Amino acid sequence: MVEFALPKKSRVVEGKTFHANGNLKNPKRFFVYRYDPDKEENPSVDSFQIDLDSCGPMVLDALLKIKDEIDSSLTLRRSCREGICGSCAMNIDGRNTLACLKPISECKENVKIYPLPHLPVVKDLVPDVNHVYAQLNSIEPWMKSDTPPPASEERKQSPKEREKLDGLWECILCFCCSTSCPSYWWNGDRYLGPAVLLQAARWINDSRDEALGERLDQLEDPFKLYRCHTIMNCTNACPKGLNPAKAIASIKSKMVERLG
Amino acid sequence: MIDGSSQFRSHLRHARGMGSAKEGTHHWLAQRVTALALLPLTFWLVFSLVTLSLEGHLEFITWLSSPISGTLMILFLLVSFHHGQLGIQVVVEDYISNITIRRTLLIVTKFISYLLATLGIVSVLRIIFESL
Repeated sequence: MVEFALPKKSRVVEGKTFHANGNLKNPKRFFVYRYDPDKEENPSVDSFQIDLDSCGPMVLDALLKIKDEIDSSLTLRRSCREGICGSCAMNIDGRNTLACLKPISECKENVKIYPLPHLPVVKDLVPDVNHVYAQLNSIEPWMKSDTPPPASEERKQSPKEREKLDGLWECILCFCCSTSCPSYWWNGDRYLGPAVLLQAARWINDSRDEALGERLDQLEDPFKLYRCHTIMNCTNACPKGLNPAKAIASIKSKMVERLG
Repeated sequence: MIDGSSQFRSHLRHARGMGSAKEGTHHWLAQRVTALALLPLTFWLVFSLVTLSLEGHLEFITWLSSPISGTLMILFLLVSFHHGQLGIQVVVEDYISNITIRRTLLIVTKFISYLLATLGIVSVLRIIFESL
């Protein structure tokens, strides 16, 4: 059966509370999920207070301030700090998003920060994405073409054909969508999830790719594709404003089109 | 990873699994087509039952034994039980991860759906032929 409750060792307990020293002009409290695999302790939620007057505008700035000034053991992934690398995907105030694109001003009074839901946690805000990457690998997200490219130029496609890739190529693989999808929570071992299916759609809709039938064959499965029930959490979650649900629908309509 | 027993297998082996089952589209399409068919059928049934002011048993039998009502009622039974079975299959596949329980439940729910649909159809046919 689906597990609705967390296993005993995963239950989150109350953690430490850090108060800022001195008089804060603009105080804000952050509740951050902590888990250290090296300790035999349950995960906890630590509470940190910082002064927003000496902090950048985004949630990532606050997390880095906490790491720099209060607790250097706080662990998180980040790289580009401008929403293009997808590293700092996490659950902020109950929604999956990128910490670098989420303004603190849009958060609730007490900001709650957790790792992406329903993935194994490596440490603190760092989830284990090995399986999701392997699923991406399994759909072979690269151009497959038996026809060699023209000798002196690139493979051509019309502006109209190119347009079909808009809304697909922009995905940065942060997996905010996949980890917001209940179907992916329950059946993530077999269901590919919105992020990977959006990538599949990116190649299925590419006029230069010659493996359309092979790609559809691979997805023709009750679990890999058809666990999508158009719940639309993916589209709500996407920090880049993409529509994975629509991309999945385009795969399903290709499947029907193939039946004739 | 997710399946604790596969710690020595690669992530890709786990993700590829047993490959594609080569089915799913027919189920998905049938669910939508039956839903579409149920729209006018349900409307017809509710409309008939509400407006015809079928007060007595005899009146209902007379109404049901007309060729049009009988045909539409049998169609309604066929399509609604088929649609119901397809829906239950989705729920079972979503929430039951144990393969033995899942396969058993899928077969049992199919049996029950076909049983109830046949029972309904035989009953309608009996009413039609008895009233001849």
